[in-house]
Amino acid sequence: MSLRLQAQQLACERDDRWLFQGLDVDIHSGEVVRIEGPNGSGKTTLLKIFSGQLSDYHGELYWNGQPMREVREHFLTNLLYLGHSPGVKTGLTALENLSWYQALDGQRGSESERLDALANVGLAGFEDVPAGQLSAGQHRRIALARLTLTPRALWVLDEPFTAIDRDGVAALEAQLVAHANSGGCVIVTTHHELASSPALRRIVLG
Amino acid sequence: MWAFIHKLGSPKWFYGISARLEPWFWVAAALLIVTGTVWGLAFAPADYQQGNSFRIIYVHVPAAFLAQSIFVSMAVAGLVFMVWKIKVADMAATVMAPLGASMTFVSLFSGAVWGVPTWGTWWMWDARLTSMLILLFLYLGVIALRGAFTSRDSASRAASVLAVVGVINIPIIKYSVDWWYTLHQPASFTITSRPAMPTEMWMPLLIMVLGFYSFFIALTLMRTRNEILRRESNKRWVRDRVQEA
Amino acid sequence: MQQEITAVAPRLKEPGEGLTLALTATLKRDLVLMLRRRGEVLNPLVFFALVITLFPIGISPDPDLLALIAPGLLWVAALLAALLSLDSLFRSDFDDGSLEQLLLAPQPLAALSLAKVAVHWLLTGLPLALMAPVLGIMLALPSGSYLVLAVSLALGSATLSLIGAIGAALTVGLARGGVLLSLLVLPLYIPVLIFGAGAVQAAIAGDSVSAHLAILGALLAAALMLAPWAIAASLRISING
Repeated sequence: MSLRLQAQQLACERDDRWLFQGLDVDIHSGEVVRIEGPNGSGKTTLLKIFSGQLSDYHGELYWNGQPMREVREHFLTNLLYLGHSPGVKTGLTALENLSWYQALDGQRGSESERLDALANVGLAGFEDVPAGQLSAGQHRRIALARLTLTPRALWVLDEPFTAIDRDGVAALEAQLVAHANSGGCVIVTTHHELASSPALRRIVLG
Repeated sequence: MWAFIHKLGSPKWFYGISARLEPWFWVAAALLIVTGTVWGLAFAPADYQQGNSFRIIYVHVPAAFLAQSIFVSMAVAGLVFMVWKIKVADMAATVMAPLGASMTFVSLFSGAVWGVPTWGTWWMWDARLTSMLILLFLYLGVIALRGAFTSRDSASRAASVLAVVGVINIPIIKYSVDWWYTLHQPASFTITSRPAMPTEMWMPLLIMVLGFYSFFIALTLMRTRNEILRRESNKRWVRDRVQEA
Repeated sequence: MQQEITAVAPRLKEPGEGLTLALTATLKRDLVLMLRRRGEVLNPLVFFALVITLFPIGISPDPDLLALIAPGLLWVAALLAALLSLDSLFRSDFDDGSLEQLLLAPQPLAALSLAKVAVHWLLTGLPLALMAPVLGIMLALPSGSYLVLAVSLALGSATLSLIGAIGAALTVGLARGGVLLSLLVLPLYIPVLIFGAGAVQAAIAGDSVSAHLAILGALLAAALMLAPWAIAASLRISING
């Protein structure tokens, strides 16, 4: 198995301003792709296009060689996107949050699976605390628990290091590289400098 | 067909073709409206029941027709914009909304003025007037929604969705308001629906309706052209054209 | 994070079923969230009672007069109460980012948003319909119309929730969408109001109400078919604004 995400002559215009133009990208399994550029250069917009949220672009997008518009469902089934906001409901506990996400993906999952995933991100002991009582960094960790809980080939992560402490950052970075090495693929924007590794690639905007 | 749609979608092409069409519609509008007004006000016979006050029909009915047609055209333009991403369609929809709202207002106002000699009051909850009032609120909603977004792309799409939702609802609203009215005011006197109007009365009305439509088309073309210049002001062909002028 | 570095090799998966699971989970999640904040569920009901209290004070305590206008008052007040909680339908999901995730689920967004609308109706429209007869007593509503009042409100408020959700989805990306939302959806509420209040008036007059209820049912069926698509399209617009 291998995955491939290609963009040909990708361009995005928002309110008559070109965020980027003529972008050719070819992303394969085994890569950690860091999207770089100054503020306002369209990093988040590009991630939204790469995660199938924005269809208002010029150019062509291919998933495993087929036009994205035709295989969108297959693409979404293999995508895990974590956006700016962690997507954690403050009224639910960490466990409840995770089980909704599993159900959304069509999996029932098991309690022990979820407990393991939470322990992995350092939230053992916080499983049944309403997320409203947890910190921003802990919210981010709940979201990151989905990386292990719902195995997906393509990860698209928008600033995943936000609000996470130093140990967490190192572990997450290792997790990204490990995911790429095991045949997955990561597309990420971050202000954090990623340690160089053979898997790391950069796309510079602006 | 496809080539034509795509051509029509190019603002530059549309700007050129509409420049050639616009004067014709202005001429048609002026001729029809002047003829209709003179005929309707001076030559058409007075109504046996309402006397001369019925002549306000020559403004009221065309305005009401237009108010409804503009909403439908606006929704169609919105749909075209959403499906084929044709920007000119959105520009047209943008300029149509205030025009439609003002036509609705004209028809409401003329209806109110007509009400004074007919009913002895400025306002009656007449089925037609009530539907018009609701239509005015629908227009105001579309205009307000478009104005509420900071990003114009989002504003255009949101306004298009609302216009389409509105146009699906207009027949339902109209039907239910008619039903409501007959229930509460059985067989009272409705201002515009009347048995067989004589030819010399409805001919000027038809001419006025056509005149109002020509006026709407001419005005929409003109305002769409302005909108094109405004939105495409950073494009080369627009700058060239401005230099020429 | 004590992450095991030997990550499981991810395999490409085929899109599966799981729509029922996703729908029930979303229903359950929203119900749990709302029931944990009971105040928000109760507020529209209190508002309903309060508005109904204002009318006799503002108009007249005369039971004959009140009985005459009660169907319309009850319907208008219930409609406004249902409108009140509409703004929060997608707002918190938008703010915390779970709306984005809902959009990216490999399930049809129209179906998922329908689950959210269903919760709104269960916790707003239905309680309002159940409470209306009690307020009807206070407005001297003639006997024999109480059941019709509750049934018409239950049916009609479902349509109101569906139409209102389109407006909520269109305005969720705007910082202050509340007033605008009312402006957008109130004109669209008018047919439901006409046939809802009409049903109660017909019941008072002793006429058959089946035609009114059938039309309310037809409006609901049409809204069920069309509104989810409009809601989904509007959510996509709002999330990318």
